[in-house]
Amino acid sequence: MKDTEDKITLFYKIPGNDFTRAGEASSNVKSKLKMMGVRPDIVRKVAIAMYEGEINMVIHASGGTIEVIISPEEIEMILKDQGPGIEDIELAMTAGYSTAPDNIRNLGFGAGMGLPNMKKYTDEMSVESQVGIGTTVTMKVKII
Amino acid sequence: MRVQDLIDAGNFKVLNQGEGLNREITGPYCCDLLSLAMGNMPAGSAWVTVMGNVNTLAVASLADAACIILAQGSTLDENALEKAKEQKITVLQTQMPIFDAALTVYRYLHA
Repeated sequence: MKDTEDKITLFYKIPGNDFTRAGEASSNVKSKLKMMGVRPDIVRKVAIAMYEGEINMVIHASGGTIEVIISPEEIEMILKDQGPGIEDIELAMTAGYSTAPDNIRNLGFGAGMGLPNMKKYTDEMSVESQVGIGTTVTMKVKII
Repeated sequence: MRVQDLIDAGNFKVLNQGEGLNREITGPYCCDLLSLAMGNMPAGSAWVTVMGNVNTLAVASLADAACIILAQGSTLDENALEKAKEQKITVLQTQMPIFDAALTVYRYLHA
């Protein structure tokens, strides 16, 4: 954790293919935001959006990194991975579209709602991706 | 109805007693697809599902469910039970199918 004037930055390394630990980073952010006294509905939005991103990294990209920048105005999440990339971002954003393998579906994932949920629960979201290089998702939840 | 009241009503077996027992249940919510549940479950729900893996616990915690009800005799695997204890999430169990379990909660709430 590093602090500048009025911003706090949290950094997480997400291990790939480890479903028993998926969600730990999001849980950690959730409890930190709670402790900081952030409004519960804002905490919930951040937790849901970040968990979906975290799961995506575990399923598709063998992990990655998540940076969470907390300021008095907003919470920004930057999720970076060096996975296979997304060929057609618009298609990937379509509710119900999924490329998750069967073993992931058996765990209850793969409904094709990950990216749509991330969009639904954040005020701003952008996806940059290059096939074979990786994906960066930036999300912002406004506090005020 | 609080989570404790639902436990006391005796229809559900307690697999793990977490914190937040005084929390009001807002309603039953049924879904087995985790991302759908995550995106649509209202905070404070009694979440009825047959999925009992660690990710169920993570979703319940992050989406702020009041408790989990595992229907149709589903149970928590070893990892999930550990996670439930660690995250202090109340997990109940029933042999009832999903609809009947949710209806039971609904009837208590609207009694």
